[in-house]
Amino acid sequence: MLHIINKSPFGHETLATCFRMAQGGDVLLIEDAVYAATPGTALESLIKAALERFNIHVLQPDLDARGVGAEIIEGVHAVDYGGFVDLVTRNATSQSWL
Amino acid sequence: MKLGILINEGPYQHQASDSAYLFCKAALEKGHEIFRVFFYHDGVNNASRLTEPPQDDRNVVLRWSKLAETHHLDLVVCVAAALRRGIKDENLAPGFRISGLGQLVEAGIQADRLVTFGD
Repeated sequence: MLHIINKSPFGHETLATCFRMAQGGDVLLIEDAVYAATPGTALESLIKAALERFNIHVLQPDLDARGVGAEIIEGVHAVDYGGFVDLVTRNATSQSWL
Repeated sequence: MKLGILINEGPYQHQASDSAYLFCKAALEKGHEIFRVFFYHDGVNNASRLTEPPQDDRNVVLRWSKLAETHHLDLVVCVAAALRRGIKDENLAPGFRISGLGQLVEAGIQADRLVTFGD
């Protein structure tokens, strides 16, 4: 299953809730959720722990649009929109955690 | 693969419509079919032909119309959400049509995947 997160983890609980509730699979960070993939933040340890259970992807164009595309947490996989499409088609279902 | 798209937010206020548009473009480039794009809640504002963004800004509404024309997309606007917000046939942008929630249900059944963009 693909879990799509679009909110900053610094103002919303959707990413933390997803990690708590979901049974593994793919997580894609888009829009303001891409901040979760930036290293050196208070949430880096949460992401690193989640990487043991989830494949975490981040949308590179949304990182670049926010000027934080230079570096992402090791283990997080950057994708473009084509990669986003592949994640949707590869998973039987997708859930947008709005 | 057949993909259905649900957009719940209006243009310029939230990134949902931009994300969905770029997703659709990438999917079409990869040879997938967009079965339907359904505009719900504030998403119906993406269908107003009265919008006039500055010339150096992206034109979200026109962009959808052009994509629909090029790829024969079915852009469906929820009638109840539209009438609440003053979106009617007379101010509907080219390529959009007004219909009911049944069209969203059908997209969920007929498409292989349904992807939601919202807030």
